[in-house]
Formats: sequence, C-alpha cells, structure tokens
Amino acid sequence: MNKPIDAAAASKVILSQTEQHLVGYMEACLHCGMCAEACHFYEVTGDPKYTPAYKLFPMARAYKRERSPLSWFGLTRKVTEEELKEWEELIFDSCTMCGRCTTICPMGIDIASIVGQARKAFAAAGLGPEDLQAAAENSRDHGSPLGLSPEKLMDRVEWLEDDFETEMPMDKAKADILLTVSSIEAMKYPDSIVAMAKIMNTAGADWTFSSKGYESTNFGYLAGRPDIAKLMVTRIVEAAEAVGAKTVVIPECGHAYGVMRWSGANILGRPLPFEVLHITEYIAKLVRDGTLKMKPFTDAITYHDPCQVSRRGGATQDARDILAGFATDFREMDPTGELNWCCGGGGGVQAMARAADLRHKVFQLKIDQTEATGTKKLVSACANCRMTMDESKDALHWDGELISLIELVADALVVGDEDGDGDE
Amino acid sequence: MTLLEFARGPAINAALVIFVFGVIWRLFWLLFLPRAADHSVAKLGAGAAVSSAAGGFVRHMWPPREYAARTRFSLIVGYVLHFGLAIIVFGFAQHILFIRDIFGIGWPGLPTGVITVVSVITLAALIAALVRRMTNPVLKMISTFADYWAWFVVTLPVVTGLMAVSHLLLRYEDMLGVHILSVALMLATFPFSKLMHAFLVFVTRSQTSFFYSRRGSHV
Ligand code: SF4
Ligand code: SF4
Repeated sequence: MNKPIDAAAASKVILSQTEQHLVGYMEACLHCGMCAEACHFYEVTGDPKYTPAYKLFPMARAYKRERSPLSWFGLTRKVTEEELKEWEELIFDSCTMCGRCTTICPMGIDIASIVGQARKAFAAAGLGPEDLQAAAENSRDHGSPLGLSPEKLMDRVEWLEDDFETEMPMDKAKADILLTVSSIEAMKYPDSIVAMAKIMNTAGADWTFSSKGYESTNFGYLAGRPDIAKLMVTRIVEAAEAVGAKTVVIPECGHAYGVMRWSGANILGRPLPFEVLHITEYIAKLVRDGTLKMKPFTDAITYHDPCQVSRRGGATQDARDILAGFATDFREMDPTGELNWCCGGGGGVQAMARAADLRHKVFQLKIDQTEATGTKKLVSACANCRMTMDESKDALHWDGELISLIELVADALVVGDEDGDGDE
Repeated sequence: MTLLEFARGPAINAALVIFVFGVIWRLFWLLFLPRAADHSVAKLGAGAAVSSAAGGFVRHMWPPREYAARTRFSLIVGYVLHFGLAIIVFGFAQHILFIRDIFGIGWPGLPTGVITVVSVITLAALIAALVRRMTNPVLKMISTFADYWAWFVVTLPVVTGLMAVSHLLLRYEDMLGVHILSVALMLATFPFSKLMHAFLVFVTRSQTSFFYSRRGSHV
C-alpha cells in the first residue's frame, strides 16, 4: 500500500494530453455544481466529494500550474502526492465513466473523457486500485482479466458445443465475422456465449471465434495503461485481419464495445479494417431485415441501458428494436435510454473490491427504477452490468431477476418453420 | 485629471484593449492546440458537424426534464442574472451612448425606471448565487478563488451603477467614475477569468455534441 507516488509523472502525462477538447473543458467549468445531480455516486451518498467537477481538480490544477495564463502571476500551485492519493478514489472507485453528468452540464463538459485521461496520469504516478491494475496485467500476460487463456477458451467452447449441441467454430481460416467474448461471460455466464452462437447460426452467418484475439474487454484502457490497451486492441485487429473478417461483433459488454468501436482506431493510430458492432446492433439488424424471428415473450420486463452502449455508444434504439419484435410487455424505466442511471460497476469499478459497498448503494437506484415499472425482471445487454447487479442483488437481498437480452432472444428464436429451440 | 476623466479615458480604453486582445488570444491559443485525429468511423446517419454542434448547443441550454426539480434554483438564478445583465448592458441609454461612441451603432434604450428594476432583480440573483455558493455543500466544496472573483467583478459594476444613478454615497460624477473603473476591472480580467465561459460555451458545447452525435447519441 505504501508504493511511492510520482506526482511529477502524473503532471507530465496530464500535460502531454493538452489536446484542444480537454483543455477547453478544464478552462470552461463554471463550478456550478449541477453535475452532482446527475452522478449516481452523489445521488446515493449525498457526499459532495462525488461531484463530477470535483473529481477533475488535480487535472485542472496540473494544467493550470503549467499552462494557464494564471501561472504567470504565480497564482497556481503544484499537484502534490497527497492530493493524488486523496483523489485516487474519485478517479477510479467513484467514476464509472458513464457520461451522465454531461447530460446536465450547462457547458456540455464531458467529464468521462477527462477521467479516462486522468487515469493514465494516476497510473503513471503509480496509483490505481491494485485489483484493477491486476486485471489489466492479467489481460496482458494471460489473454484475459479473469484468466481465460486461449487454451481455456478452446476447452470451454468445446464443452459448450457438446453440452448445448450448438456449433461454435474456432479458428476458421476465413470468416466474414469475428465473434469476440468477454471473459465475464466465459467464466460466469457461459449461456450467453451459447446464445450468441445460436443466433449467428440461425442467421446463417459465416463466423468464427479466434484463439488469437478473443477477449473484448479492455482493462488496459480502464486501468489507465495505454500499452496494455493497445495490446488488447491489436490482438483482435490481427485476429480479424487473419480471418479476413469484415465485421467484429462485441458481446454483451458496454466498455468492450465503447473501447473498440470508438477508441480502437485511435489507440491503434489507424482506421480499423472492419466494422465493429455490439451484439445488440448485430441482432437488431437481423430482426429489422426479417432474418430472425422470435416467439412472443409475454412476461413483464424492463431494460437497463448499459451506459457505453446507449448514452456513450449511440446504440440505444437497437435493444428497443429487438424487444419490439417479441417482448409483448416491455416497460421502459424512468429515466431511460440516454439518461439512464448507471449500474454502478462500469469503468472497471466492478473489478475493485473496495468499491463494493458503494456499488451496492447505486444498485438501489436500479431496484427502485425496476420496481416502479411494476416488474422485477430486469433485462440488460452487458455482462459487466449483469455481474455488478448480480452481486448487489445478493448483497441487498433483492428478489428480482436479471436477464441477458441475447439469452432472451436465443430462447425465443424460431428456427426454420418450427417454434422453439429445444435447448433447455 | 478627475477620477471620471481617468476612468472614461485611459482606464476604460486600456481595459478594452486588454479585453479584446485577451479574448482573441485565449481563443486562438485554445483553437490552435493540437487536436488528435479521430480515426473512428462515425455512425451511419450521424448529422453534419455544424448541425450536430448547433443542436447540442441548444439542447444544453436547458437540462432534460429528469433534472427539473433539482436544477430549478440554479437555472432560474442563472437565467435571471444573464438576461438581467444583458438588459442592463444593452438596454440602458447611457450604455448605448457609450457603445455608439466606440462602434458607431446604437438603438433606442429602455426607460431608466425599467433598468433600475432589472438591476435590482439582477443584484438579487447575484446575491442569491453567492449565498448558495457559500452554503450549499457541493458548491462550497468546488468553489475556488476564481469563482468568487468572477462574482465580484460582475457584481461591482451592478452595485456601483445603481449607486451612481441613485446618487448614493459619492457625488454622481465620482460614483460614475468608480462605476466605469469597476467595468474596466471586469473587462481587463475577463479573458483570464471564469467570465471567459461566455465564449468558451460555444466551444465546449459544440465539441461535446459533435463527439456524441458522431456516435449516434444525443448528449
Ligand atoms: S455542471 Fe459542468 S460547468 Fe457545472 S460544475 Fe459540473 S462540469 Fe462544471
Ligand atoms: S461519468 Fe458518471 S460516474 Fe463519472 S462523474 Fe459523471 S456521472 Fe459520475
């Protein structure tokens, strides 16, 4: 716990990121405090330290110290080790990079982007929760944060193929689609992997998994480790190039989608040679063009928008298009879509053991939102949200049900002329 | 040279020069900072840069209805003081004369009584904002010297202006001199203070809206 903290290194990283948009944001904050009202961590604790604008203080200070005109008048001061240590919790444990605060900010400041950059500075200073750093390093050294090595993936896929009698091509020489996984699914929710395979097969897609590039989560990005972030992106890009994939499909994971879809090319420094689709975008296409048909699902359900898929991902409508096709009693929660509350575990917060209590408090928001719709069945399209909510559900003894959207789709698939899938 | 002559002459002229060049320099400096190329492919159907930036600018003028109850105070106070200041600056006959002197254009002013009422309301909003900043736990935590300074340099001209027209404390000419000096202080520190938000708001709102609209999101 007593690692040396290198404040100079943190400042250096901050100053190397003086891109126009970040500087503009830091210059423009009015300190009006409205963003607190949008952040789930402030909402559930009422603690002013969770005000989004406050989280950025060390960044703004380091920048002002060196670059702003005020520095000429000697009105600024250095960022200290103590401050960085104090702010570690605010930059990591209590920001899921969900982007909700931007929806309320009168200046339109995108706090989540700055927190993403701040994490790099903190990591350079030797800060950041150890379990998050370990998840990043495991990804680098073993292929995935949860120990899903290529061999384990192959074993698992083989086992799932046999158990569920569903074809799951691995390392095909050529394929149109490279399907990736999140190790959370592989280790905790393998049914999701089967569901994706079933959907792909029913659609008649030419797809494959690759043992060279399979892990879609990017803990390098979340931990502020750009080298690991790049390695994770590169693995998938190389695997996709090797099979000649035109499309890379990201499974139910919000951050995996956000990083690959919106930052992947920038991390790599060149455009991606394929299209990136979240699994809900992919399925929605198939539903819209009539390729997939589902039996009606009549239970009352509501939907939790993963922040990186909806608000920060732009794929809000896709889940709705899928549900409209077969969920006959779908109820929107309030607020929903681009304004939805985060599950509390995004941005790698799920991987931080010490943040568990705070996360559980956030889940109470979700419980209240769900129950207000008159149902206890909560559907989502992110394995990270699901694991976060699963843990919080147990901690809070909630008797509601968490359901994966793709599993719901796979169970309701109409194959050929027949109803049903017969795979229970 | 009387106080009024000094204020009307060298003080306000110097302040105006600092204001104009300061604002231009700050904006150019910001806009010419490196901008990382975005290699990601925009979502199909994402609006053009200009229209998405404009749409976002308008959207951020008022928070979504979900936040209505929580933001009511800030919004009302914020809008009252911004509109109030605009009415005082551009609606008071003496200010219009001053503007005409510099830019050669003018327009009819509002009756002095109206301006006085607006000034009092604006001052009340400024005081409400200050009290809130000093008492609300969130605002207390995030407020810095720069926030109080911005408040001070905006409030001073409102107070001194009201005092001048009401012939309070000093002779009218002297109070007017103090008023103009307070405006000079505001103008000269504007580019280096939080008041720059008046220009930066165009930059930040539009870049955020562009960022999100490329993604197909409406933040
Ligand atoms: S809402 Fe925006 S301007 Fe206001 S304090 Fe938060 S980040 Fe700053
Ligand atoms: S991005 Fe989300 S978690 Fe982070 S400060 Fe904003 S609202 Fe809070």
